[in-house]
Amino acid sequence: MTLFQLSLLAAIVVLSLCLVLVAIRFAIGPTLPDRISAFDLFVANVIGIIAIYTAFTGHQDFIDVGIILSLFGFLGSISFAYYIMKTYQ
Amino acid sequence: MEETSHIRETISAVFILAGVIFMVIATIGLLRFPDFYSRMSAITKGATLGLGLIVGGMGIYFNLPDMSLKVTLIICFITITAPVAAHVMARTAVRNKVSFWHKTDLKEFEDYMHEKHLEKLKEQDKESKKA
Repeated sequence: MTLFQLSLLAAIVVLSLCLVLVAIRFAIGPTLPDRISAFDLFVANVIGIIAIYTAFTGHQDFIDVGIILSLFGFLGSISFAYYIMKTYQ
Repeated sequence: MEETSHIRETISAVFILAGVIFMVIATIGLLRFPDFYSRMSAITKGATLGLGLIVGGMGIYFNLPDMSLKVTLIICFITITAPVAAHVMARTAVRNKVSFWHKTDLKEFEDYMHEKHLEKLKEQDKESKKA
């Protein structure tokens, strides 16, 4: 295993720890907008992990998943915000 | 040929590790900041820059035209959508009266809301006179 692959592995491990921390905020978040922003960061972390995994394995097809996920993360947060706006009024 | 691939791997690893550091900073900000609005700002800026660095480093590693196109697509999309999503969520939170931190300087915001309220009252006044 080369030094490059080792650094990629370390990056994946650190991002996974980030996912755990975001999940803690998702669990304790006092309001619903807090949970939505935690979900936003969760999706961003997953896109980062997919990008690093693509460089790790060398398969170029995985990055398409990242494109689609960035699209759906935006749609998800917007639709949740719209839902809150409609519910509380 | 061997030499250039080593240089590419080094640059790519530096980019990816810098991006991961920014993601960690954004996550700690999400976990530790006191109120919703400061958490929002932390994750919007930190995650956008961190993700851009990670995906850019991956594009440098592959060094192919179609890969660069996809990387540019992801970076453009994130740069456009992250501020929009943050704005929509913060607006929703203000409308639903999510509380501010007690040290936040709210003077300008309150002045603005006061002016808006006065304008609304004036409009209602005009309409009632017309009727």
